[in-house]
Amino acid sequence: MPTYRPGPVSLILAVLVALFLLLPLLAVIPVSLTPSRMLAMPTGELSLRHYRSLIEDPRWLQSILLSIRIGIVSSTISTVLALSFSLGVWMFQPRFTAALVGFVLLPMVVPPVVSAVTLYFLLTSISGVSSFFGYDTWLGVAMAHSVMTVPFATVLILVSLSQLDRRIDLAARGLGASVWERATRVIMPNIKFGIVTAALLSFVLSWEEIGVTLFITSVNAITLPRLMWMGLRDNIDPAIAALSVILIIITVLVLAVRSFVVRLNRESKPV
Amino acid sequence: MRGVLSDRMGAALLMAPLLLFLVLAYAWPFLGVVKWSFTLPTPGLGQYQALLTDDLVQSVFIRTLRIAAIVTVVSVAAAYAITVVWVRGSPAQRLIAEFCILVPFWISVLTRAFGWVALLSNRGLINTWLQSIGFISEPLTLVRNEFGVIVGMTHFLIPFAVFPLASAMRSLDERVLLAARGLGSSRMRTFWTVFVPMTRSGIIGSAMIVFVFSLGFFVTPAILGGGRSVMIAELIYLRIFQSPDWGLGAAISVVLVVFVGALMALLFRYVKPKQLV
Repeated sequence: MPTYRPGPVSLILAVLVALFLLLPLLAVIPVSLTPSRMLAMPTGELSLRHYRSLIEDPRWLQSILLSIRIGIVSSTISTVLALSFSLGVWMFQPRFTAALVGFVLLPMVVPPVVSAVTLYFLLTSISGVSSFFGYDTWLGVAMAHSVMTVPFATVLILVSLSQLDRRIDLAARGLGASVWERATRVIMPNIKFGIVTAALLSFVLSWEEIGVTLFITSVNAITLPRLMWMGLRDNIDPAIAALSVILIIITVLVLAVRSFVVRLNRESKPV
Repeated sequence: MRGVLSDRMGAALLMAPLLLFLVLAYAWPFLGVVKWSFTLPTPGLGQYQALLTDDLVQSVFIRTLRIAAIVTVVSVAAAYAITVVWVRGSPAQRLIAEFCILVPFWISVLTRAFGWVALLSNRGLINTWLQSIGFISEPLTLVRNEFGVIVGMTHFLIPFAVFPLASAMRSLDERVLLAARGLGSSRMRTFWTVFVPMTRSGIIGSAMIVFVFSLGFFVTPAILGGGRSVMIAELIYLRIFQSPDWGLGAAISVVLVVFVGALMALLFRYVKPKQLV
């Protein structure tokens, strides 16, 4: 418990920063209620027409379903690959571990626009061979998203492995467990929280991904962020404001539940 | 006997799928992009020469560096202010600060850029309000220019700047602060001469993360710059999809990677990676 508390000047500056951070999220609310067909502040009456158009216009629903499908497939791929890799690192501690982990983290540190050009090159090359897996296909997008999310999944799983007591694995090994048994019956049950977190984070990152998606899709694989981008670039569609309000509410609810659960866990444990 | 060989086999079997996946889906196509930069439209170093002579490319590079520098200074300063309260405030203050940092952090970059459009555009919240109180007669131009880009990027990057600062502030031994106060140093003086210097590694790490992110930023500048304040990433996009000049787009990408790589190498000479998280 820190005894050295921030003074009044610190508090005022922090409040200003907090307002700056929240302001654009709040500004979306009045815009979503405008009766106008263009981006404008409501004058007088409010309207829910933009929320209705989210339901009535099939493009929104289609892109939401597509984003969910891509998110599930890509997060499964990246979680499985990251888990297998991390188990190899932790159980065998091979030479060159640092270099190999560094290589795996590249898509996370290379500027996203360069990864986007790279994946554009990959998918257009594949398109020459196969028509349902390549540029502007949902499978191609799912694979590209796996490339982009796998470093994050790996970091999360490696971190939870680093907190695991090696002696339980040594005990299993001493009792004659095979590599497969050690991995699936001793190690994985102890890091299941890390594995689930990795899968969830991969899904969220894929669900929100736009930088790479812009480069590898054109008219067929329209994910939700891609559809929002189209509505933002040309004539700004206030339906995006309605959608944004819904997404913000979901985020706030999830974070509130999470912090509530964390608090409960902390209180239920002694110490 | 469990020999060395079986251990090696096990490690290789477990690690191979991901390594193979990234070699095929990332390293190999990146080399393809490098090849583009030397072969399209004609083989040779033409694209790299163009980078050095093309006025448009030069001005975009300079604008990107300028915007990245401004965004870095503003984001790190703002992040510092809110992190102090997040780490050292009362429990209630910490909860509120955490909420204000994490909610924007988890909201998508598109929604956040759109929020700024809603605030800053000609018919947005700020202009509507200023006009209704009669402060201005014509709307102010707040987006589709560099100002809008800087505001939007700063907003996006503050949460990223917070994390290295928070870890530096958490690991700081607060007895030093109490000692400074006990020896008669004022609040302000303790802050500037003890607290800030002791969080230096966090400041460097946070500035580096924000600067590197800003260099390759695409979505926010493209939306809030409205095509008028083009940065490197958008230039790459335009070269590949609009003017088709894949060779130049690829060459700019290669230069960007080399530049960011050099910056990271510089960073790790002064700060250990562990201090950043």
